[in-house]
Amino acid sequence: MNKALDVKITDLKERYTSGVLKYRQMGYWEPEYEPKDTDILAVFRITPQDGVDPVEAAAAVAGESSTATWTVVWTDRLTDSEYYRAKAYRVDPVPGSPDQYFAYIAYDLDLFEEGSIANLTASIIGNVFGFKPLKALRLEDMRIPPHYLKTFQGPATGIVAERERMNLYGRPLLGATMKPKLGLSGRNYGRVVYEALKGGLDFTKDDENINSQPFMHWRDRYLYCMEGVSKAEAETGEVKGTYLNVTAATMEDMYERAEFARDLGSVIIMIDLVIGYTAIQSMAKWARKNDMILHLHRAGHGTYTRQRNHGISFRVIAKWMRMAGVDHIHAGTVVGKLEGDPSVIRGVYDTCREIHVPQNMQHGIFFDQPWASLKKMMPVASGGIHAGQMHQLLHYLGEDVVLQFGGGTIGHPMGIQAGAVANRVALECMVKARNEGRDIWNEGPEILTAAARWCQPLRAALDTWKDVSFNFASTDSVDVLPTPTAS
Amino acid sequence: MKITQGQFSFLPDLTDEEVKLQIEYGLNNGWSIAVEHTDDPHPRNTYWSMWGTPMFDLKDPAGVMMELNACRKEFPNDYVKVLAFDSNKGFETIRMSFMVQRPADEPGFELVRSEGPGRTVRYTLRSYATGRPPSGRYSPAAAP
Repeated sequence: MNKALDVKITDLKERYTSGVLKYRQMGYWEPEYEPKDTDILAVFRITPQDGVDPVEAAAAVAGESSTATWTVVWTDRLTDSEYYRAKAYRVDPVPGSPDQYFAYIAYDLDLFEEGSIANLTASIIGNVFGFKPLKALRLEDMRIPPHYLKTFQGPATGIVAERERMNLYGRPLLGATMKPKLGLSGRNYGRVVYEALKGGLDFTKDDENINSQPFMHWRDRYLYCMEGVSKAEAETGEVKGTYLNVTAATMEDMYERAEFARDLGSVIIMIDLVIGYTAIQSMAKWARKNDMILHLHRAGHGTYTRQRNHGISFRVIAKWMRMAGVDHIHAGTVVGKLEGDPSVIRGVYDTCREIHVPQNMQHGIFFDQPWASLKKMMPVASGGIHAGQMHQLLHYLGEDVVLQFGGGTIGHPMGIQAGAVANRVALECMVKARNEGRDIWNEGPEILTAAARWCQPLRAALDTWKDVSFNFASTDSVDVLPTPTAS
Repeated sequence: MKITQGQFSFLPDLTDEEVKLQIEYGLNNGWSIAVEHTDDPHPRNTYWSMWGTPMFDLKDPAGVMMELNACRKEFPNDYVKVLAFDSNKGFETIRMSFMVQRPADEPGFELVRSEGPGRTVRYTLRSYATGRPPSGRYSPAAAP
C-alpha cells in the first residue's frame, strides 16, 4: 500500500497499526476545517528545523499541544479521538522571514477546564515548546471564545469601578515607583510615599522585588506607607493609594499580607507575575471579595516575550491576565526605557481596555476578540518616562492608563513634591489643551513651556530631562500580513 | 489648603471661556453635562447636591453655562463642579469632572488617628468646615 505522507489516513485499521506516523497522517492537519465559534484558536510562529516541512511542523504543534504522542497508541480508539485532536488549519509564510511560518490551530472547548489559566496554558505552552523538530516556537495570539471567557471572573475591579472608587475622571492616573528599589527602612520609605502623594500623584508603588527583606519587613512598610497615604489624603482632599506588594513565598503568606493591607485601609495591593497563574487567580478572587484593586507587575515576562521567534507575545499574556482577574498591568510606554514598538503596544492596550478588539494585523491582533462580560483592565506605563513627554504619552496611550514616573518624580532637582507637581501640571495642562481642540502632538512642547512659565517645578523638570530619549530599534515588531480571508 | 479633586485643580482657575471649551468637548463626545455643589468636600463624599439632573437634552454650551452660573449665584460659598456622563457601553460612568468654584477660605481636613494594637492606626479625615452647621460653613461671618 502506498502511504501518502502528507494526508490524513482515513482507514482506521491502517491508522492504528503500531508504529510511527507523520502528524499529518494522524489527522492534526485539516486544511478544510472551519473553526467553530466555540473553538479556542491559537496562532504560533514556527521555525522548523532544516528539512522539516512547515505543514508537518504545524500539525506536530497541534498534536503535541493536544492529544498526540510520538507513536501510535491503540487507546485513542477508546475515545472520540477525532473530536479531541487539535487541528492545524492554516499555514502562512512570515513576510521577510523565509524560515518562519504562522500556523493556525483550533482547539475544541472540551479540551479545557473552566476558569483555569493553569489548565489552558499547560496545553497551549506545555510540552510543545521543547519539541525537537522546531528550532523555535512563539505563541503570537489567541482567540478565546465568549463561552470560555464567561467561566473566568475577570478583573476584580475594572477601570470603571477603579475610577469611581478613586473619584478620578477625565485624565490618566499618575503614579511613581519608590526608589531606591532596595535598602530604605520603613520610615524612610514612607517618607517618599508621602512626599509623592502630597505633591500630586494618585498612586505610589512598591517595586517588584520589595517583599520583606532584612532592611524593611513587610508590616513595617505597610504601617509607614499608610501613614503617608492618609496624611496626603488629608492635605489634598483626594483619594490616594499605594500598591502594597504582597508577593511572598506561599499563598498563606500572601493572604496574611493582603488582609493586613485591607485592615489598614489600603485601596490597592500588588502581586508579581512570577507568583504564577494559579496564585494570580487566587489573589484576584480575594481582591474581588475584599473591594481591593489588584495591581500586577509583569516581573519576568521579558525572558519569554521579547524575542520575535520564540516564546509568548505579551499580548497573549495580557489576555490571560485579563481573564485571570488583575486590574492593572504594565503594558509598555512606547517612549520610555523598556521595549515597545508603537503598533505592538497599541495591540496590547486594546487587549486591556476594549470590550471588543477587532482583528488588526498592523497591531499584531490576529483574531476578532470579543470580551464578553469581563471588565476592562488598566494598563500601566512605567519605565524611563518624564513630564517633557506628556504630549506623546497622551497621544499614544490615551486616557485610561496609569502613567508612572519613578525617577521622573523622585529624581527632580527641587525634591519629590516638586517632581510630583511637575508631572501633575504637565498632565492637566495637556489634557486641557487636547480637550480645547489643540494639536498636542505638534504643539505639546509649547504647551508645556507655557505652563512652565508659572510652574517652576515643571520648568526644572523640562530643563533636567530635555535631552533624554530612548531611541533603540525594537526587537518585537509586527510582521504585517495582508488581512487573511477565509481559507 | 486647596482641595485638588477634579481633573484641572493644579492649573490656575479656569475662566468662563475655558470652562465653556471643556463643556463643548464633553458635548461633542455625546456626553451629558451635570453641575453639582457641596459644602462637604470630603474625598469620599460621593454624592454632592445635584443642580437638577444631568442635562441630557441640552446640547448648547451657552445653555449649560447659564445653569452653571445660576448654581454659582445661589451657592456662592460652595464647591461647584462640572461633570460629564457617558452612557455608552463599556463606560456608563463619569468621563469628566472639574472644579469651577471653591470657597475663598478652604480650612481643609484634620487627620484623626486612633491608635490600635500592634502599632496599627485607624485614620479618619475630619473636615474643619463640617463641624459648623450647613448654613455657615464657609461664610465670612462664621470664620474663627
